[in-house]
Amino acid sequence: MSQVDNHGGPADNLPELRTAPPVPEHFENPGLPEHKPRLGDVDPRADKRRERIVLALFAVSTLGTIGMLVAFFALPTGRDVATIHRSNLWLGLGLAASLLGIGLAAIQWAKSIMSNEERVEQRHPLQSAPQVRQAAVRNLAEGVKDSGISRRGLLKTAVVGSLALFPLTIAVPLIGDVGGSWDVSKFKHTMWRKGLRLTIDPSGRPIKAADVTIGSVWHVIPDGIDKTPDPLEEKAKAIVLVVRLDPRDVKSEQIPGGSYQGIFAYSKICTHVGCPVALYEQQTHHLLCPCHQSTFDVADGARVIFGPAKRPLPQLPITVDDQGYLVAKSDFTQPVGPSFWDRLR
Amino acid sequence: MSTTNPTAPTGKAAAATADWLDQRTGVGVAVKGLARKLFPEHWSFMLGEIALYSFITLLISGTFLTMFFVPSADEVTYTGPWTALQGTTMSAAFASTLKLSFEVRGGLLMRQVHHWAALIFLAAIVTHMMRVFFTGAFRKPREINWVIGFVLLTLGLAAGFSGYSLPDDVLSGNGLRITDGLIRGIPIIGTYLSYFVFGGQFPGTAIIPRLFTVHVLLVPGLILALVGLHLALVFLQKHTQFPGSGRTNGNVVGYPLFPVYTAKAGGFFFVVFGVIALMAATMQINPVWNYGPYDPAPVSAGAQPDWYMLFLEGALRLMPGQAEVVFGSYTVPFNVLIPGLVVPLLLLGPLAVYPFVEAYATGDKREHHLLDRPRNAPFRTAYGMSILAEFFVLVLAGSNDLIATHFHLSLNDITWTLRFAFFIVPGIVFVLTRRVCLALQRKDREVVLHGHESGRIVRFASGEYVEVHTPLDEHERWIRVQHEPVRPIRIAPAEDSRGVRRPHYRSDVRRQRLSRLFFETRVEPVTPAEYAAAQEHRAIATGPGDAGHEQIVAGTGDHASRS
Amino acid sequence: MKSLAVRRHDRRAPIVLLALALVATGGLYAVLAAPSRADAAPLPGQADTTTGQKLFEANCATCHGMGAVGTAIAPSLVGVGAAAVDFQVGTGRMPMTVSGPQAQAKPVQFTQTQISQLAAYVASLGPGPQIPTADMVDPSKGDPATGMAVFRTNCAMCHNAVGAGGSLTEGKFAPNLWHTTPTHIYEAMLTGPQSMPVFNDANITPQEKRDVIAFIKQQGGTQPGGLDLGALGPVSEGLWAWVVGLGLLIGAAVWIGAKSS
Repeated sequence: MSQVDNHGGPADNLPELRTAPPVPEHFENPGLPEHKPRLGDVDPRADKRRERIVLALFAVSTLGTIGMLVAFFALPTGRDVATIHRSNLWLGLGLAASLLGIGLAAIQWAKSIMSNEERVEQRHPLQSAPQVRQAAVRNLAEGVKDSGISRRGLLKTAVVGSLALFPLTIAVPLIGDVGGSWDVSKFKHTMWRKGLRLTIDPSGRPIKAADVTIGSVWHVIPDGIDKTPDPLEEKAKAIVLVVRLDPRDVKSEQIPGGSYQGIFAYSKICTHVGCPVALYEQQTHHLLCPCHQSTFDVADGARVIFGPAKRPLPQLPITVDDQGYLVAKSDFTQPVGPSFWDRLR
Repeated sequence: MSTTNPTAPTGKAAAATADWLDQRTGVGVAVKGLARKLFPEHWSFMLGEIALYSFITLLISGTFLTMFFVPSADEVTYTGPWTALQGTTMSAAFASTLKLSFEVRGGLLMRQVHHWAALIFLAAIVTHMMRVFFTGAFRKPREINWVIGFVLLTLGLAAGFSGYSLPDDVLSGNGLRITDGLIRGIPIIGTYLSYFVFGGQFPGTAIIPRLFTVHVLLVPGLILALVGLHLALVFLQKHTQFPGSGRTNGNVVGYPLFPVYTAKAGGFFFVVFGVIALMAATMQINPVWNYGPYDPAPVSAGAQPDWYMLFLEGALRLMPGQAEVVFGSYTVPFNVLIPGLVVPLLLLGPLAVYPFVEAYATGDKREHHLLDRPRNAPFRTAYGMSILAEFFVLVLAGSNDLIATHFHLSLNDITWTLRFAFFIVPGIVFVLTRRVCLALQRKDREVVLHGHESGRIVRFASGEYVEVHTPLDEHERWIRVQHEPVRPIRIAPAEDSRGVRRPHYRSDVRRQRLSRLFFETRVEPVTPAEYAAAQEHRAIATGPGDAGHEQIVAGTGDHASRS
Repeated sequence: MKSLAVRRHDRRAPIVLLALALVATGGLYAVLAAPSRADAAPLPGQADTTTGQKLFEANCATCHGMGAVGTAIAPSLVGVGAAAVDFQVGTGRMPMTVSGPQAQAKPVQFTQTQISQLAAYVASLGPGPQIPTADMVDPSKGDPATGMAVFRTNCAMCHNAVGAGGSLTEGKFAPNLWHTTPTHIYEAMLTGPQSMPVFNDANITPQEKRDVIAFIKQQGGTQPGGLDLGALGPVSEGLWAWVVGLGLLIGAAVWIGAKSS
């Protein structure tokens, strides 16, 4: 019990409180509790035992390393799922044993064998001493005087100015070409045009209007998309979903005359942030986006009925060609996909 | 105990090497200063180490992966062993991911180690920050290190996001597509920014190599540099410690760096790597071969990002679409911008500057090296918990489809519930947490003043029953009374003695208002005077006037344990 | 709990109870009738249609109406074909026992012979999709690569990338496909049960359907990288990273920080 020279008696010594009325403002830190030795520090047999545990753990590590090397040479991979799985499992278990053995051994060593008596070290204020600071300020002042910058105002401007300008030498060429053509009007058009056939994704077979039965859903790409210079970019804008509705179920149409005998084609790119909207529930005619769950009613002009999207999915006006295949009447009449600043201009 | 013999050959060799090095670098000074430097011990001080070691694991496994990964969008046709993809056209990035997974021995293991380590890296950063926040370890002089830590968190997110998209599979491709949608929504420059990122129209062929550079050079370089700074500051400022007997604001109580922490921390690196290896051996992660190469048309159910981005996904899901507005002929999609930019800023921004806000509210300019027990800082604890609760609501929203299928609920009902929860839950959590903190503080006072309930009931001669309370020993008591109460700041009156209006009065009033918000509701620790009074009361109750009382309390050994 | 109580007072409750009673009767009938059917030839014929009609009238007509023309609570089955009956009854979805967002798979109520008879009867009402032959659904004859391409464009958004299932709106869901028989998978594509759209032979050709079956039948087994964690994607991976990964590591940290005795 630490008895410090203080105004009052120590707070923890109760019987004295009654006789020593002046009470301190704060409690006194009682100081570090007494250190208790571990069993291994006093019992030689326990000491031996703790050493053996550490040795055993290091042995596990070595065995793990050997096991991993054996697995590497003995177990081929890449023939089928079973060999890949087996290789991964045994290499991994070997690696884990090799690492955990070392880790647990070192920690066990530190915990059970190294001294566990807590030590105390004093902290020092982080701020540098007043003389040091004075010297530092003096050095800086000397340097500034040496440089002569305080007397030459123009020099200051020149330094700041040229340093501020020089990054342009890197930034301008970078920004100039990093965005490709910078022709952002491409967001507003897709490769759909009058007479272009609707084909099945991914096989590319054209679609006969007669085959599109009520309740079916068709994932559609424009004919010949693979022959365009940038098929993925075109596909990212042009994908379409085709459904046929019972005329009695249709509540409204987005583009009058844009459908063909109850067959509707809508952009498959969500007007929220651009995921493919593809979950079609044929009984309710609801189209759900699996990313953020915007729900569109295909029977009602692809209007949003739930979720974070605002605008209906743009409709692709379609008809049939003389062979009965579905074709587009034109490109989309508005930009597809997520909203952007000047999409209406 | 000593296992090394200085005359052993290894000892001699080590001494010679050390001498050689010291003659050329004067490293002896550093060794002298650092070898026996003390670090306090607590399990929660290891959370940052988990983050550091999983980062090292990421560097090791990542280097392995770069030897086999081809960061290119060039088209190739797959001919490897995975039958479901044979003959499929895919990018070289995806094909090389398949090759290193299936045909390189240990490649799949390293890929899974890398991905598990990434998830654990961010989880460890978050838990480490929770520890630092709730214990007030960010107070002066450690504000800089808190900010560095915060930047490291955002860099960790950037590293995770850029790496997640590299294999060029359908799942991560849809993640990129969502990113593109987000970027495009930014007013005026959105479409140009989208071109800036993708080198033209989405998806293009530039994004994979660009992300690769970001992922293997830029972000890890920055993380390494900042981790170095972060650790250097920990060494310089010395680690904080929890309050306890013998621990003061002016000392460090702990074990030396060499050998105890060399072994513990060094060993812990192997444990972290080992646990990750165990997970990689037995648990499959990100099976890109199931998703297939990126194609803008398909998407699969359960399309979600890794857990650390899930809050953004959830925010996007919760936001109603009505927020998109058109000004004249210009579109501003607030339904994307609010969840994508505003919500993260509102949730994370205040956390980044919290140390400065709290310092402003306390007006405290002293160094703090003793940690707070979270209950002793009710406002801070309640605020931190409410932010965590908000993140949890958003994470649930990001997983709403899985909740729907696993608990047989309606997706739409979950979304509506969480829309309300987003506004209600943080408030409830704040109030509840603050109350719990205050209750715990009162409990501390109660225990200090009256001792632990012993469960022993005694009957007085008068027939009265009383439970005997065991007083605390000095160490138990100290932990409950050591903290200083933080009170709202007091400001000078609006006018000085001559009736002249003081210049900074208004800003002082604002500051006082903030300070009151933080500290008005509080429970102060027991003072020695209160303690003495309580003992006085006890003494009177057990005084000679009440013979029976005295006799029985004395008989419990109550007094005996005290002296 | 509350919703159950509400449902008990639903005006549809008597119908549901009646349906339950009918199912019970049908089950009893099935038990009694089974021995005499054992030696009957499984090929559909006039006799099957007649027995099927009896089965239909006893078990299905309450909701679907006499002659399967449909009622206010259940659709007409004229022209849905044998494939639809074989799928709905063969997976236990029909007869429905409780009303809910969607009919769910349950233990099958009829023997395969009875299902064939029911199917024969419904098929006789109007032309519709036929039950596929064993050869049409043989996974070993399909190409899983084509199957994967078709699956991920047409199926994965609801059923998840490997067919582990997913959520639809208002409590509906797309089920896991790993334990669905090849015949039932084929029939589902052909007939579009409930929320699922129809994928007729012009949309997904019979050969492609077999490819899809070949792909699905590869899923749900041993995974290259270890346990599949439900094949649910990043959310379940994140959950495991926190629970197992961080759980073990914090456990280790507590052990390191604890005083040894």
